[in-house]
Amino acid sequence: MKLIQTPSQTVGPYFAYGLTSEQYGYDFRSLFGPVLAEPQAAGEHIRLSGRVFDGDGVPVPDAMLEIRQADAEGRFVASRAEALASGFRGFGRCGTGTHPSLHYWFDTVKPGAAAPGEAPCIDLIVTMRGMLLHAFTRVYFDDEREANARDPVLGAVPAERRATLVARREAQPGGVSYRFDIRMQGAKETVFFDL
Amino acid sequence: MPAKPSIAPRDWASQPPYLYPGYKSTVKRGPTRPLVPLTSALAQRNAPVYGHDDIGPLDHDLTRNAARNGAPLGERIVVTGRVLDEDGQPAAHTLVEIWQANAAGRYVHKADQHNAPLDPNFLGAGRCLTDQDGRYRFLTVKPGAYPWQNHPNGWRPNHIHFSLFGQHFASRLVTQMYFSGDPLLALDPIYLSAPERARERLLSRLNLDVVGEAGFALGFEFDIVLRGPHQTPAEA
Repeated sequence: MKLIQTPSQTVGPYFAYGLTSEQYGYDFRSLFGPVLAEPQAAGEHIRLSGRVFDGDGVPVPDAMLEIRQADAEGRFVASRAEALASGFRGFGRCGTGTHPSLHYWFDTVKPGAAAPGEAPCIDLIVTMRGMLLHAFTRVYFDDEREANARDPVLGAVPAERRATLVARREAQPGGVSYRFDIRMQGAKETVFFDL
Repeated sequence: MPAKPSIAPRDWASQPPYLYPGYKSTVKRGPTRPLVPLTSALAQRNAPVYGHDDIGPLDHDLTRNAARNGAPLGERIVVTGRVLDEDGQPAAHTLVEIWQANAAGRYVHKADQHNAPLDPNFLGAGRCLTDQDGRYRFLTVKPGAYPWQNHPNGWRPNHIHFSLFGQHFASRLVTQMYFSGDPLLALDPIYLSAPERARERLLSRLNLDVVGEAGFALGFEFDIVLRGPHQTPAEA
């Protein structure tokens, strides 16, 4: 006999001092933050950033995002010791409430493909006040057209909605960044997965 | 490396919907389109890595981890329980993060403008790892109820927020723990958003025997059930 799963409940508006404390300036050490890759981590260093928009197209000031990704070679971090040795921890967390224009950001490396036939991608969780449970989505890269065309997950998404999953590369003075906005609703609603 | 067993699907009969008009903020913030299936073979990402060294010695004790010149006001409580999967197997050495209002119903968060006092000796955030039996334990004070703007004279029932990963990225759970018998529960759209069959999972139970600190703190027990391993057709 299976036990019933604990239902999700909203993260609410007041998560910051518990889950993203250092980012928001609270005196409580953070286990996770927006930096996944220290300078010595191997691979192309990138910043992934964007905003989260509600059904009125208004940027959400109290969303929390978490990402999980492979390293530049396509490997997932298997242990804390490995993360400390490589400078790449593979997981990050960021709220949208501290940037003046309500961006989230992650400083990381561009992932390699995790398996043959898959395109490089980043798994992403978004949650916020007003969501009773979090949503899963994925970030692909617009300079990986060939790999994206073969990727089985992207291929299962209706063609007209695939663009909502593709981050746009922008060369900035400080380095390479990818822009990935999330739209919770509307004509360009981001694809969310039943994961 | 052999593939790890994939994870059982989210049980939508136990989970709240994205759009739940009784909780007004969902109307503009919840996804409206059907979720796109992600094959289970691709849902094998592990949870983030962390270790005992990441957890401070007082991180589990909210009565002391932000104390400046004394103890926080309020009823001391122990909150403990086990993190299990749907088969009843413990989630060992897994991270549990919590945050809550103080005894007066005020959050430290800068955005909380509720006119109730902050407590200089209380932050309201904690974390710990479960032991090999999946058990976690926190010492804190009972959080107060507080008003919110969802509906006229709305008040949230006493609750503690929980955040867990379990063994998989896909077993992520953010939830809230309530107290059995709270009269505000029947009026709270967030609690009521959970399907009726699963609501009891959200309630902690008074258990004076779990405390181990008789005469010091009330004990509450709260078990958490995460998604379990995927069953092959032969096992089902």
